Amino acid sequence: MADMLRPLTALGGHAPAELAVGLLIVTERFDVALASVAARRGRMADLARAVVKTGLPLPEAGRHAAGTPYSAFWVAPEMWFVEAPFATHEGIAGMLKGALGDAASVTEQTDAWVALDLAAPDLAPILERLSNVDLRAAPDGFATRTVIEHLGCYLIRHGAGNVRLYGPRSSAKSLIHAIEGAATATF
Amino acid sequence: MSQSNRIAGGQIDRSRTFRFTFDGTAYTGHPGDTLASALLSNGVRLMGRSFKYHRPRGPLSAGSEEPNALVQLRSGARQEPNTRATVAELFDGLTATSQNAWPSLRFDAMAINDRLNTFFTAGFYYKTFMWPASFWEKVYEPIIRRAAGLGALTREEDPDEYDKGFLHCDLLVIGAGPAGLSAALTAGRAGARVILADEDFRMGGRLNAETHEVGGMAGADWAAASVAELATMPNVRLMARTTIVGAFDHGIYGAVERVSDHLAVPEKGKPRQTLWRIYSRRAILAGGATERPIAFENNDRPGIMLAGALRAYANRWGVAVGDRVAIFTNNDDGLRSATDLRAKGVDVVAVIDARADGPLLPGIRHVKGGEVVDAQGRLGLTSITVRDASGRTDNLRVTALGVSGGWNPNVNISSHHRSRPVWDEGIRSFIPGADVPAGQSAAGAAAGVLSTHGALATGQAQAIAALEGLGITAKAGSLPEAEDAPVSITPKWYVSGGKGRAWIDPQNDVTVKDVKLAHQENFTSVEHLKRYTTLGMATDQGKTGNVLGLAVMAGLTGRTIPETGTTIYRPPYTPVAMGTLAGRSRGKEFKPFRLTPSHKWAEEQGAVFVEVGMWLRAQWLPKPGESHWRESVDREVLAARKSVGICDVTTLGKIDIQGTDAGAFLDRVYCNTFSTLAVGKCRYGLMLREDGMVFDDGTTARMGEHEYVMTTTIANAVTVFRHLEYCRQVLWPDMDVQLISTTEAWAQFSVAGPNARKLLEKIVDQDISDAAFSYMGAGEITVGGLRARLFRISFSGELAYEIAVPTRYGDAMIRALVAAGQEFDAVVYGTEALGVMRVEKGHVAGNELNGQSSALNMGLGKMVSKKKDSIGMVLSQREGMNDPDGYRIVGVKPVDPAGKLTAGSHFLEIGAAAEIANDGGWLTSKVYSPHLGCDIALGYLKGGDQKIGKRMRAVNLLVKPATETEVEIVSPHFFDPEGERLRG
Repeated sequence: MADMLRPLTALGGHAPAELAVGLLIVTERFDVALASVAARRGRMADLARAVVKTGLPLPEAGRHAAGTPYSAFWVAPEMWFVEAPFATHEGIAGMLKGALGDAASVTEQTDAWVALDLAAPDLAPILERLSNVDLRAAPDGFATRTVIEHLGCYLIRHGAGNVRLYGPRSSAKSLIHAIEGAATATF
Repeated sequence: MSQSNRIAGGQIDRSRTFRFTFDGTAYTGHPGDTLASALLSNGVRLMGRSFKYHRPRGPLSAGSEEPNALVQLRSGARQEPNTRATVAELFDGLTATSQNAWPSLRFDAMAINDRLNTFFTAGFYYKTFMWPASFWEKVYEPIIRRAAGLGALTREEDPDEYDKGFLHCDLLVIGAGPAGLSAALTAGRAGARVILADEDFRMGGRLNAETHEVGGMAGADWAAASVAELATMPNVRLMARTTIVGAFDHGIYGAVERVSDHLAVPEKGKPRQTLWRIYSRRAILAGGATERPIAFENNDRPGIMLAGALRAYANRWGVAVGDRVAIFTNNDDGLRSATDLRAKGVDVVAVIDARADGPLLPGIRHVKGGEVVDAQGRLGLTSITVRDASGRTDNLRVTALGVSGGWNPNVNISSHHRSRPVWDEGIRSFIPGADVPAGQSAAGAAAGVLSTHGALATGQAQAIAALEGLGITAKAGSLPEAEDAPVSITPKWYVSGGKGRAWIDPQNDVTVKDVKLAHQENFTSVEHLKRYTTLGMATDQGKTGNVLGLAVMAGLTGRTIPETGTTIYRPPYTPVAMGTLAGRSRGKEFKPFRLTPSHKWAEEQGAVFVEVGMWLRAQWLPKPGESHWRESVDREVLAARKSVGICDVTTLGKIDIQGTDAGAFLDRVYCNTFSTLAVGKCRYGLMLREDGMVFDDGTTARMGEHEYVMTTTIANAVTVFRHLEYCRQVLWPDMDVQLISTTEAWAQFSVAGPNARKLLEKIVDQDISDAAFSYMGAGEITVGGLRARLFRISFSGELAYEIAVPTRYGDAMIRALVAAGQEFDAVVYGTEALGVMRVEKGHVAGNELNGQSSALNMGLGKMVSKKKDSIGMVLSQREGMNDPDGYRIVGVKPVDPAGKLTAGSHFLEIGAAAEIANDGGWLTSKVYSPHLGCDIALGYLKGGDQKIGKRMRAVNLLVKPATETEVEIVSPHFFDPEGERLRG
């Protein structure tokens, strides 16, 4: 049965997509497990204690913190999205629930999103056509929710030329089309 | 003709020649030309016909304020009407045609209007087209539109792309004249993030049009050097060809960048225009000033233009508009045109200075205290009639006349938040008032400081002040030396005494007489004046005519201009194409699509898709040989009810609700109870609005002690999530509840029909017998080891399950289900079959959840628990909502099985007239039931629950003549009313 369940990426392939437009390279990431972690009401201190053992960073508002195996970015007050390698953490929600107990509500988010890594010498001229995020002023490790062509996305700046986007999975093709259009207009 | 009027100098590239046509005639020009400057260089002064009287017109200005020289640019799908020739950048191969003229620009039959001008005065429409009322839309408006239109659209689809984007800066400088350049240099050198935007393709503003020196060099050279310095600064963004069109909230400005308008065709993939949203912390309005004319009889002849434009054509574009030129002015600035033109070798015949004491230019005839009282030359100026201070008139043979009544600061963008400009007696015009948009200040001519030195100084000072507010220290550098002539002006608005018409607003053909008529008829407020005469409307928004018009009104009413007041401005500053506002949101890309996990598989099957919100869902999946959609849908319904059907239901909203108060939270948002639901069970829930009307419905499963998964309707997925967040964050912040959408995380499929369990047993790892997994059961399972969820719920009325796997496995899952279903003749069904089965079962959906229906209306009144409080519970008890004769959901069948039903038809008693008093309700959803072999429908019928078995008429009033079908009112549960199948 398991071999019958052959996964498809958000962009519809059996392997993650990669495309280049001018100097932009977009890589679909299919190897990231994702879960939301929200502190139960009044349990932030318990959660903070629990994550120390787990090695799970809980960055402040608007920030991403990288770690191994868990990285995380802030999405709402006392709520984060946690990233981990899919190969080892496909069951990320269950693993985190086990680690955090009842201090937090954990929900699997892996396949709710398409993850796209954007790379170019300078991404600002492309992203300024897509999002109102001030990428030039944002520091590395900046993470925010933004809207790209009507789609609610998360944007994480890892560098001036290195950004990860999480967009709604069902609209992955519309999102990549918008990125292609912006890149074509730029280069 | 080959650029017969081209003279030496100017900022055009004479090494290259562009060819272009106007009204089919070929001309040449150079890079750096506008269409207007190129036409004028070829001796063409006549460029258009006026809006109302079809008067021959040429350009009045050399900028974006142009009211007259409107042309259709390009042809075919790229044809653009109402393009101002004065700002249209010349390119090789440009084609332009005149508009609003027939059969030709030189002979326009509609010019008869000009002869009938006494009829077409202010308020003409209001007075004339009063009766009969029905004629307005059908007769009058089409005639007026044809006669008075500006350009025409080709109705072909625009082939170009338009983009949008977002920019950020500390300081936005609007306008790159001396004030803007000075501000940008000051801020740029201080390290601030600066955007310098200018509507022109060449930065420098009036410096490009004047002969002033700045810092010991030509003004245009200083501007070019400044732009070059700014270009080296990484913190400065130079945006030429970019018009700031509006000031919006919180320092946001709209900007239209004409990326490709100067090219025949945009480069592949490049937008023609980009609409930028600029987030600025501070902004300096350095948009300069617009010259205003003095009104006199026939002052709209081609060849009569603003004095500043006349010298701009000479200085910047190397064009002498005429070989014999006169200047009519009331201020010193007008004299500059005479000086500059003479320096260019143009014959300056006379300066008519309305002032008795204006300075004299040596070697030029001056008519002191004089006026131009008339102008001759219908298709182009041939002479003017001049009256001197003693009243003696003289006729001067000239081919161009420059008129200057003073300069109006371009205050438009300062008043986009309703700030009212204030009168400045020194320059006799309006300057920005108080309460300008937050963070905005003005410099240079826009602030009423009209000298070059003043522009440089205020630009620098305003930049320093703006940055100081941001904590950025900018230094005052030494200003380059520049002219600092004081403004010397004596008011002169119009020449009185003539019998003919003197134009104030040439674009709308508003004359001094029209203003007088408005005054005579008591439309004296500036707002009434504007609406009654149309002064200041249309594409130029009165940039040259507004102040003049209200000055005339002030004179007539005996009030001062400040007492008379001024209308204010709103965005856009200049016209913006609809395509630019749309950006990429057009056609199929109007909004993004959402694709279901089985989309790829469904495409392979040749499914017909339907848009459900942004989702594309399979509507039906035709098999070979099926030529009509009903064949496919009937087959899908029959097969599902006979054996088993599979349907992708991922699109339903899914919300993960966790926390120790999750159950209590659901008790409050649903009208029925969820806290008592056992773990591993699900329940149908009904959500009301505060007013007691039904908001949404769906099943919610309890997956753990403090963990629920709610499903919502597809349409309300986002709205319900937002509602829940509002409840959690605002209404009950003390509750321990966490929410997150998981709609996209899980691929979910309905498996429905008598063989549903048998099919699933082939792929699910656990025991799902009725004993192990009973009706309304819910739980975590595995499919070949893969984590999955199973819910035993039914929308179809059959034994049914919904099975969910992580979305990436959705495609594999549909294939696995189809393969496992082969031995049962399983069918995959689309939304049409889904709809048929839910109507057969009497389930409400979007058509019934119309926002005006209560639980009681839907036959679900008993679900509203009175044992607990919930949103909408109290208000659902209002008397009017509990009327026993109110709407109730019913089923509807035609008495004659061949009878046709139409959704939207109204219920009428047999024999009752089709009028509102007899209206009994309406059919909400209609389908063809292959089981019953006839149309069936659901509907809301007044007192419907008491009318089961009754015969009525379903009348469709939307067609003429109305059609009707005799129907029997039945239970809405057409199929398996006892629900035996779904518990099987």
